Amino acid sequence: MKSDPNLSDPDGFFEALIAAHEGLDEATGNLLNARLVLLLANQVGDLAVLRESLAAAREGLEPPPAAEAATAE
Amino acid sequence: MPGYLYPSFPFRRPPELDGKQPAYAVAIVGGGPVGLTLALDLAERGQSCVVLQAASTVSEGSRAICWSKRSLEILDRFGVAEPMLRRGFTWNGGRVYHGAEEIYRFTLPREPDEKFPAFVNLQQYLTEEMLLAAVAERAQWIDLRWQSRVDGLRLEPGGAVLHVATPEGGYDLPARFVVACDGARSTVRALMAVPFEGRVFEDHFLIADVEVSPDLPSSERRFWFLPEFHPGETALLHRQGDGLWRVDFQLGWDGVDAQAEKAPERALPRIRAMLGRQDVRLHWASVYTFQARRIAQLRHGPVFFAGDAAHQVSPFGARGGNSGIQDADNLGWKLALVLSGHAPDALLDSYHAERSTAADENIRITSRTTDFMTAKTAMRARLRTAVLGLAKRHGFARALVNSGRLSTATVYRDSPLNGDDQGFAGGPPPGAPCANLPASANPSDGYLLDGLGTDIQCDLLYFNAESANPAALAKLAAIQAAEQPLSITCVGQPLGNHWFQADPTGRIARAFAARPDSVYLLRPDQHVAARWRTLDTERVIAGIRRALGHDLRRADGRTA
Ligand SMILES: Cc1cc2nc3c(=O)[nH]c(=O)nc-3n(C[C@H](O)[C@H](O)[C@H](O)COP(=O)(O)OP(=O)(O)OC[C@H]3O[C@@H](n4cnc5c(N)ncnc54)[C@H](O)[C@@H]3O)c2cc1C
Repeated sequence: MKSDPNLSDPDGFFEALIAAHEGLDEATGNLLNARLVLLLANQVGDLAVLRESLAAAREGLEPPPAAEAATAE
Repeated sequence: MPGYLYPSFPFRRPPELDGKQPAYAVAIVGGGPVGLTLALDLAERGQSCVVLQAASTVSEGSRAICWSKRSLEILDRFGVAEPMLRRGFTWNGGRVYHGAEEIYRFTLPREPDEKFPAFVNLQQYLTEEMLLAAVAERAQWIDLRWQSRVDGLRLEPGGAVLHVATPEGGYDLPARFVVACDGARSTVRALMAVPFEGRVFEDHFLIADVEVSPDLPSSERRFWFLPEFHPGETALLHRQGDGLWRVDFQLGWDGVDAQAEKAPERALPRIRAMLGRQDVRLHWASVYTFQARRIAQLRHGPVFFAGDAAHQVSPFGARGGNSGIQDADNLGWKLALVLSGHAPDALLDSYHAERSTAADENIRITSRTTDFMTAKTAMRARLRTAVLGLAKRHGFARALVNSGRLSTATVYRDSPLNGDDQGFAGGPPPGAPCANLPASANPSDGYLLDGLGTDIQCDLLYFNAESANPAALAKLAAIQAAEQPLSITCVGQPLGNHWFQADPTGRIARAFAARPDSVYLLRPDQHVAARWRTLDTERVIAGIRRALGHDLRRADGRTA
């Protein structure tokens, strides 16, 4: 997985990402993100890199407290 | 409901009820597709057995309908594949829909000239009828006992003793080996207190067999995600033999009343909406919940578990019955070789090694399918919608759509029976079965597998390009002199009095990625055991020993 900068135009990308969501409600925006994840995963291809990326994305994110209490029982 | 008339098979009084106590080498508990296949395979390999069958008829309801290419290859040994093909509906691919739209068609991997299609659809009761006809032809080998329920088992030195309950009383039946093929609710498993744990998929499925008029145009497998006729769920449509259709509706989990759903007044409107026909006759309907589980050990001393008694999966992918038939295929030759004194008992341990790996693979694959179909949370549903939405335009997303990964032969990649794999870039590796190609340009001359894996012999395929090859002839003679159960076939050019397989177009050599002097060693179940680029006497002899379990460690650490 690459962590060092690799985007040719970071600001340009971020602007385009926001623009892609323009006018969409939250549910549709979430669907767009899901589709984007799939399209980008296919650009990456390598499952090892994808797994690393998934782990990095998940890092520091915890289930909400209610769910935590339920699983701790 | 109209339709199939169940035959009724009579109870016949066995000698045990009149004071005789014959001992059996193999007792098979259960006469479903798996038990019957095992009995037939043993008979083909010269081993007799007794089959204890609690029921008095064939499978209630059609249940399994999709029989795979590999199952057909196995059943072909008993002449059962041809009648199945004649009566059933063959297919090699399917169509997947999202809503009203077809998103893609798929074709299952298969060599175009192989003997069998990827699948034939035939209702389970008809398949069992055909197996029973083959059993009847082998009555001197197979002692099939109807209305004979096993209800007791005790282990003894040298085997196990079953207790059998019948309409005319009970009796003990001693056997050296017992194979439990008594289905998902296995009595033998309960008697031995073997846990059967795993995962239940929280979903219900309405499954029915129907006749429609006017009939629908025949088609390969059709699968819908979120169809208009059944909003929010999935549905599946298959053609079977005798013009019957199999329909399958996902119903969800919460608040589903399984009893009410299978009632005709509830089921028929769903089916009419799917088929677009008013005149629908229901033959059979049931509501299922599926699970994925297996027992930890497929062998417990003299007792083996096969088929649904050993493992269960959801049916999307047709991996239940087809994997059970492969269980029988895997165990048959091993029992026959051990019982005839050609292999050590340790060979039977490899049944667990090979088939538990197969069960794990089937569980993993069908669980992924079920997780895709049953999108439990909002996030999962969204990811699935994303996949389906992209699939029509983007090929990569089609590969993510999972409506069932259909059963293929398991490759025993890590089998302890596998030997050398010497420098091949293609062809079947050790552990894999081989493609069933035509034996000549004229398909009526038969197919490659027709002559392989018969009796209790391994097969050696020697790819020979020279009409005079004294060096190879001498080596083959030395291999034969080792007196292992082996049949030698020369492919390309004949040598001496060995079996000969012509290959004028090089089709067979290509399928095996073989060059002159290449060698394949096949086990009696037609799976590759080892392969070499050159014929080496010592290596071949060692490979056969290994394939027959002579190198396996016994539980006490010594080699067999
Ligand atoms: C709706 C549905 C669809 C399916 N579709 C497919 C498919 O398309 N393809 C596929 O491959 N698989 C499919 N399956 C799975 C398939 O039906 C099973 O995997 C298959 O029947 C297993 O065969 P078996 O011989 O192990 O067990 P079973 O078919 O259950 O047979 C067990 C036998 O043991 C006998 N028995 C039970 N207890 C005793 C006892 N104590 N003593 C003596 N005899 C006993 C029973 O009478 C029965 O004959 C489907 C299953 C379902 C439910």
